[in-house]
Amino acid sequence: MGIEPGRLQFSWISSAESTKFVEVVTQVTNAIRALGPNPDFTKKLAEVA
Amino acid sequence: MLSYAEKIREIAGRLLASGAVNMVIGFRQGTIPMMNEPHFAKNPAEAAKLVWDSHCGINLANYLTDRKEKIGIVAKGCDSRNIVTHIIENKIKREQLVVIGVPCQGMVDKRKIALKCPGEITAVIETETQVTATGNGFSQSFDKKDVLQHNCSLCIHRNPVIHDELVAAPVEEQKGIDRYADVRAVEAMSPEQRWKYFEDLLSPCVRCYACRNACPLCYCPTCFVDESRPQWVGKGQDPSDVRTFHFLRAYHCAGRCTDCGSCERSCPVGINMRVFTKKLEKDCLDLFGWEAGLSLDVRPPLDVYRPSDPNDFIK
Repeated sequence: MGIEPGRLQFSWISSAESTKFVEVVTQVTNAIRALGPNPDFTKKLAEVA
Repeated sequence: MLSYAEKIREIAGRLLASGAVNMVIGFRQGTIPMMNEPHFAKNPAEAAKLVWDSHCGINLANYLTDRKEKIGIVAKGCDSRNIVTHIIENKIKREQLVVIGVPCQGMVDKRKIALKCPGEITAVIETETQVTATGNGFSQSFDKKDVLQHNCSLCIHRNPVIHDELVAAPVEEQKGIDRYADVRAVEAMSPEQRWKYFEDLLSPCVRCYACRNACPLCYCPTCFVDESRPQWVGKGQDPSDVRTFHFLRAYHCAGRCTDCGSCERSCPVGINMRVFTKKLEKDCLDLFGWEAGLSLDVRPPLDVYRPSDPNDFIK
């Protein structure tokens, strides 16, 4: 689709794996923060003259 | 192939007269050249209007969804694969159908012909190998194989996979076709190039949903784009909404699309949205060895678990 690599991540976490869940969420959040916002996904407001 | 029409009319007339079916779905002459329209014949007299030529590109499996009566249906290779998909997905029962199989030699792309003609085409006649388009002050002939729909030129399942009647002997299947050159070209792009490529591809889209309506796979009672509570996707022309529509539409066809080309054919602005469904088709073939609609006995890869399923994505 043209999303930069790293912005989309998949993981498989069982409902019993709470520590893995925390680890993955922390790691993904940090990775995405480092990438910064993606302006391609924001809708532009209609331009008013 | 031009003799097919006579045979189709004969079979349809026979089925309707004997009461074996309540309706035969086929094609009749459209109101403008190269645009044959679906025809629903309910008695032998109406069956006489059935035609067959190189402009029967619409996928007739689209008209089978949830029908209750007995139906005779004219089916090319791709139509028959979508009929199989419909049966597997419980949208119609095999016992309700009499499939009139048509060994197909590909459908002609009306845009390719229109682009090469200097004015409006008012009549088109065809022989076994050629089509001739005439209009005000011009008459041009084309070899059929040069003006085939892109999906037809790459087709490797021209003969119907299921049929009760066959209008002619099976045609030879195309061999040694590289079906996915265009998908590989997109795969080879960098993310930025790909973003730009899809932006250009989708920029003319007017959100008319013709691609969805022409597709036999799109039969949800309420499509996600029409839902308003919740509203999954914006309804305007914003590029992110257009993109969301096209990607989600394609994903709903994963493992089901037969590349019949109805979506591209029906698009009023000529977007080749088949690049999306073809990528999914290629992935299904690479990952699961699956081609949609070839057998009534095998469940599609997305609704069965096999120990050999690829799972490298799990981290």
